[in-house]
Amino acid sequence: MSQPAHADFESMLRLALQPVDPPEKLKARVESTLQELTDAAVDELESWEIGAMRDPRNWVRPVVASAVGVSAGTALVVLRVRQERKKRAAASSDPLDLLRRTMRAAAGEARKLARRD
Amino acid sequence: MDSLDKARLDKDFSELYRVHLRDVYSYAYYRVGNHHDAEDLTEQTFLQAYRHFERAQAESDGRPLRPWLIRIAHNLAVNLYRDRSRRPQTAIDDTTVLSTLHTTEDLVEGRDELARIIEAIKTLPDERREALIMRFALGMDNREIARAMGKTDGATKVLLHRAIKQLEGLVMST
Repeated sequence: MSQPAHADFESMLRLALQPVDPPEKLKARVESTLQELTDAAVDELESWEIGAMRDPRNWVRPVVASAVGVSAGTALVVLRVRQERKKRAAASSDPLDLLRRTMRAAAGEARKLARRD
Repeated sequence: MDSLDKARLDKDFSELYRVHLRDVYSYAYYRVGNHHDAEDLTEQTFLQAYRHFERAQAESDGRPLRPWLIRIAHNLAVNLYRDRSRRPQTAIDDTTVLSTLHTTEDLVEGRDELARIIEAIKTLPDERREALIMRFALGMDNREIARAMGKTDGATKVLLHRAIKQLEGLVMST
């Protein structure tokens, strides 16, 4: 055999090692297995989400979130009721009347806040 | 991971599979030398890749994932040989490779030489053979081969050069 030039040899090498197409049955096999895996993973994720909601340890976050919301609402009512305190004091005839007016104001602010939510 | 992330990940993996199935199969075929084992190796490679895809994608930093896939196939092939404690069960099916060639006169004339090249490739050390498969069957560049083999770019360049030289010598001596 004559000595091949380097470039020619690489060309021959490229021809000798041509890419090989996978058989169709392999494609079907791999795709089917991957699909099964994907479905199993989705099922696992869904069951984890449902399971997580059933587990009382996972209720902490929503409860804390609700508590934070309630505390913030309460603080807002108190603040608004306090802001109007001088007006109510001037309008009330006695301390009992002031208490009644304050309670009504607090209930009113709470209703306003509830309607807005 | 929520369902949306999962759907995106699956879509990306499907694309990876679609684009590189032929690469993985070609690598597997030339590595193990027969279609039966090549099919098993290809399937196992994609199953393994699927399991670790999320992390690989996150760590790839946008770089191509082909070297990662080929490295998985390489590790599985090593395990296959270790389990069987021997070289490929059967020789590369030369007729399959050669039948993929065009039947022009030039190529018919070159068939003997191609057959000699294929025979000589089988006798190369594993690492050199792998580097040649990646370069010539898969068209990977030095950087990709380096990543797949866990070597530096420089070491890969030297490895390829020596592999070609050795092969050329083997073919000339036959």
